[in-house]
Amino acid sequence: MSDSLSKLEKRTAYTLVLPAVLLVFAIVLFPIFANVWISFKDIELKDIRIPEPRAKKIVKSISENQSELKIIYKLRNSSLIQEIRNVQFQDKLPTNVSPVNLDSRCNFQSKKVVCDFGNWQAKYRENFEITIQNNNSEIIDKKIIKSQKPILSGKADNPLLTTNFTLENFKKVFYENNFVELLLTTFYFTFFGTVGAIIFGILAAQLVNQNIQGRTYMRGILLFPYVGPVVALAYTWTLLLDPNSGTLNALLVNFNVIEQPINLLGQKYITMSILGFEFKLRLALTTVIFFEIWRYFPLAFLFILARLQAIPQSLYEAAEVDGASPIQKFIHITLPQITAIISILFMIRFIWNFNKFEDIFLLTGGASGTRTLPINVYQQGFAVSDIGMGSAVSIVIVMLLLSFMVVYFRLIGKRANEV
Amino acid sequence: MKFKSLAIFLIISSFFLTCILSIWKIMATLQGLNFTNLNTTPVFLIGILLSLAFVLIGNKLNHLIKILLLSFIFSISYFYLNEASPYWYIFGVFLITLFFTNKLKKYNVQSLQEDFISEKIIFDFITLFGIVFFAFVILFPFYIMLVTSFKTQIALLVNPLDFSLDFTKSLTELFKSYFVIFETYNFGRYILISSAVSIGTVIVTLLFAIPAAYAVARLNFFGKDFLSTSILIIYMFPAIVLVIPLYTVFSQLGLRNSIFGLLIVYTATTLPVAIYMLQGYFKSIPKEIEDAGIMDGQNWFGIILKIIIPLSLPAIASVALYVFMIAWNEFLFSLMFLDSPKSFTLSRAIQYLSGDAETPRQYLMAGSVIVTLPVLFIFIYFEKYLVSGLTAGSVKE
Repeated sequence: MSDSLSKLEKRTAYTLVLPAVLLVFAIVLFPIFANVWISFKDIELKDIRIPEPRAKKIVKSISENQSELKIIYKLRNSSLIQEIRNVQFQDKLPTNVSPVNLDSRCNFQSKKVVCDFGNWQAKYRENFEITIQNNNSEIIDKKIIKSQKPILSGKADNPLLTTNFTLENFKKVFYENNFVELLLTTFYFTFFGTVGAIIFGILAAQLVNQNIQGRTYMRGILLFPYVGPVVALAYTWTLLLDPNSGTLNALLVNFNVIEQPINLLGQKYITMSILGFEFKLRLALTTVIFFEIWRYFPLAFLFILARLQAIPQSLYEAAEVDGASPIQKFIHITLPQITAIISILFMIRFIWNFNKFEDIFLLTGGASGTRTLPINVYQQGFAVSDIGMGSAVSIVIVMLLLSFMVVYFRLIGKRANEV
Repeated sequence: MKFKSLAIFLIISSFFLTCILSIWKIMATLQGLNFTNLNTTPVFLIGILLSLAFVLIGNKLNHLIKILLLSFIFSISYFYLNEASPYWYIFGVFLITLFFTNKLKKYNVQSLQEDFISEKIIFDFITLFGIVFFAFVILFPFYIMLVTSFKTQIALLVNPLDFSLDFTKSLTELFKSYFVIFETYNFGRYILISSAVSIGTVIVTLLFAIPAAYAVARLNFFGKDFLSTSILIIYMFPAIVLVIPLYTVFSQLGLRNSIFGLLIVYTATTLPVAIYMLQGYFKSIPKEIEDAGIMDGQNWFGIILKIIIPLSLPAIASVALYVFMIAWNEFLFSLMFLDSPKSFTLSRAIQYLSGDAETPRQYLMAGSVIVTLPVLFIFIYFEKYLVSGLTAGSVKE
């Protein structure tokens, strides 16, 4: 009895879970594996269409009385790299019209011209002509001939499914793509974006956790950048930071903080001198990082605030009795209570910043030294339209992500054992 | 000891006042006032005098009279120290000073002798400063977005600091950018598409997620643990690595430029979060309630429909809102899959507009306001649900 119940339970569970699992598998997991396949292929954006035979029909008159016409079919293989096998051709002629001296590959039966063109190589082109005449020497209406479209069919391999592989893409990724700089930029962006967001998150949470008026409003306002659409926010920032008529530069020039407007998003380096030491700062990248911090510190804030509010007030009251200063209270009570959430936040934000595409794409498009790995996927795949190469970069991202996750789960696992 | 804490109090409080007044001055400059100097040093000095006077007067005067009087004197001296400024600006200074002196209420000669008073002063004012700072930094871009949509490109090129609105103009003139983007750039259509895609995503996601979450939360089956960990891992995988394979497959299937294609992708990418959030809530529903349902001869469909869903409406609402916002804000897939203006979503349409360097910025900002407003409204109105959704959806703790 219980056995059949648990069988029923299992079957029910699979029926409930299966639709969601299949959908996620098709749209999320399958592409990740498909990337591996594509990354080993020499394939460009224009090759992804399945090759098909095409024909353009042109009708010409060859005699005065219009009872004879010439039809030219401009035949071609739509693909530049793949052959089409066993191409079949069919076109219909009106009643009482028949072809003269028909090509040997074709025959005419029941008002149809049917041809077997065999195999077409890549880039194949041919001007195929037939002459037609009216059996009763009457005028043939050109328009009727023209309006009839020929039907072509043929077998072609899907260029995605062929089995010629190459290692070229990976060679290019590592040797011809400024790979080291790409990786450094990505890590610089990810690391500082994450740390900045967490620091501002702690500050904001500490503020809102005080007993201040309008605390709930403040919490709502602080989350605005996180919930707002990235397109709108990125363009507002672009406008704000514009060197020609952006508000920020205009304000700074107006109050004599700077003499010349600074192109915060378009300048790769800026030379700074602090205490006599001159060094170069990655300006555009830093600006993008600040946008990133602005947009994502609210998430860190929200989690840390939730944790802070769960700390029992009695701990603080006890410390007060013992005569602890506010700083001591923060270091000895608050900080130990939030280290766990901070380490989790660090990992999550690190992974998400590592994957960030939209923000950088909308602010700089990857120019001025802000090219990160996700931006590179887009550039290779769609700007250069080398999708094999784009996939190879995706694979690099997936590999790095997997290694982060292994580290993450190891650490979390250890933490769980300690407790 | 007393002198040290007094000095700290004066410096910190005056520094705070200077900061707020500088922000006020910047905001006034953006209304077209011709200020070129923040005058921080004199403001800081009279700020110190103000705080000193406040502490010295102590309880000798009624608090209200005291702050009114001090603020008035402060504003007058500010008026003479500052560049020529209109009365509304000085009135603002007066109100800010009033607010500031009111905040000083708890400080007097006695309180400055308490333990750790200097640390407390620093904490207090850093809190105040922090709130003003965060509010300013966050709201400023939104403010610029809104006011730019009411200006014209030419006016802003002439004076990029004048965001003042001319209310003498007719309403149609003031809202011209909005009329233009609706009439010339077809934004009505994009709003419809964005709404259809977002609402569709919410419905389909819930249809798939509720049964799956129920199974994960309640039923025993082989592979359950594996499934719950993979949900989290999949959630970490970025959209950018899915884009190339999906693009090629969608091209071959003719799903690009179709709302349906977008809907599938949005649903699949939000499903893991939705399942994760829902199963957490379902687990908290007492099992006894379901047992009663089983006794009544309900099958799983009946249990989900008649027991689980009515009991978890708040959780479902927060998942729905969260998914709606993700779908509404989504940009990457709409950039990749939509290239015909007929099927653009709002985000994609704004990005398309910006691609043309000739597009005046007020149109871009009007579009941005239109895409931002619904999300902010939803967020403000349903903040409680959303905040619990955001916290539950992102971290396992």
